[in-house]
Amino acid sequence: MANMHDVSFKLNGKNTSVKVEARELLIYTLREKLAHTGPHIGCETSHCGACTVDLDGMSVKSCTVLTVQCDGSELLTVEGLEQGGVLHAIQQAFHEEHGLQCGYCTPGMLTRAYRLLKENPNPSEQEIRYGIAGNLCRCTGYQNIVKAVQSAAKKLAAAPATAA
Amino acid sequence: MIPAGFNYHAPRSVADAIKLLGDLGPDAKLLAGGHSLLPMMKLRFAEPSALIDLGKIPDLRGITQVGNEVHIGAMTTENDLLRSKLLSDKVPLLVEGAAWIADPQVRYKGTIGGDISHGDPGNDHPAIAIALDASFVLKGPKGERVVKADGYFLGLYSTQIEPGEILTQIRVPIPPAGSGWSYQKLKRKTGDFATAASAVLLQMKGKNVAKVSIALTNVHATPLKASAAESYLVGKALDDSTLNQAARLTMDICEPTHCQRGDADYKTAMCGEMTRRALVAAAQRTK
Repeated sequence: MANMHDVSFKLNGKNTSVKVEARELLIYTLREKLAHTGPHIGCETSHCGACTVDLDGMSVKSCTVLTVQCDGSELLTVEGLEQGGVLHAIQQAFHEEHGLQCGYCTPGMLTRAYRLLKENPNPSEQEIRYGIAGNLCRCTGYQNIVKAVQSAAKKLAAAPATAA
Repeated sequence: MIPAGFNYHAPRSVADAIKLLGDLGPDAKLLAGGHSLLPMMKLRFAEPSALIDLGKIPDLRGITQVGNEVHIGAMTTENDLLRSKLLSDKVPLLVEGAAWIADPQVRYKGTIGGDISHGDPGNDHPAIAIALDASFVLKGPKGERVVKADGYFLGLYSTQIEPGEILTQIRVPIPPAGSGWSYQKLKRKTGDFATAASAVLLQMKGKNVAKVSIALTNVHATPLKASAAESYLVGKALDDSTLNQAARLTMDICEPTHCQRGDADYKTAMCGEMTRRALVAAAQRTK
């Protein structure tokens, strides 16, 4: 049996430590060891983006990252977007613009949109579509997802001081 | 799907990584961005006994100009390439190529060195590196050697790298001012490999071609340098007739395999079309 590794990282702002085999994928650590079931397992082959989380300022597919690679990292999952019982502007915008149907892809869409808007606070429609191209919505609700990201960008621009 | 068990190592220097690679032997694999290797490990196409993660070696990452070259650390990510002002100014072909690789999440993790080292004919950097006349720095227990991109790729998943060596840097000569460039890639959807793709770097003298480099992706077991098409074009104007002949000359060297992206004839035809489009786009960018 391969060696076990002690891995520590910040998960949604909280110091977190886990003991993992080297082969353990980040999505399993999050869902099964840390009860963060927001990130979903869709394809498990790094295509669909349902498992997207934010890792040290990057959107990554947590089905294709080893937990052992994340020692010392900062992680944000969809659970970390809401602050003090108030939805993040991106979540609020998805709610208002009907940016989800079945909701399966939504945690990945939200965390990807979070990083996209951090990097480009005022994206064009084309930039949004290019920027979320790694996230599949099988309900094919892309139109409202794009509208929601545009709406979130406006909300964040209007209230930058309160934006998480 | 979870990979089979392995031992994990995360060295902090290139010297430590080379030592580990020597000590652990041929069953150890280098881990770069992991977006080719980890999927292969999940499917048991690869079962290394150990992974040596190069992600914690700062010296392997970065983009700098050294004289008339740009030096790119092998662990520099696709996303780093996309955001590099130096590359946009000096080697925009590399930026255009990186923009069509995989998807945003994969580009945050995927590295130029991993893309090249893997030796997958579907990867885009090999042909782009050949078009740019880039060189690769290989470091091993016996020291360092520098190998040209053209000739580096020997076959499917096979390159000139020797056991115990690590690709540490990609050296790209800065094309002359006024050069045109284009990477034209046909793919069915985001995240797919190319059905066929063509990289072109072009210099014009008046209305005629002064110098041109053409390299092709995913139409053979290795990336191809389209030497016959290059020689044919020198001294000629880029009109319909010469573009057609250049496209035919690239098609002559294609030997793609049939897969779900299409049969060999279709892929060969698309390679010709991508080359034609890349030449036209590059010509429009020449100054």
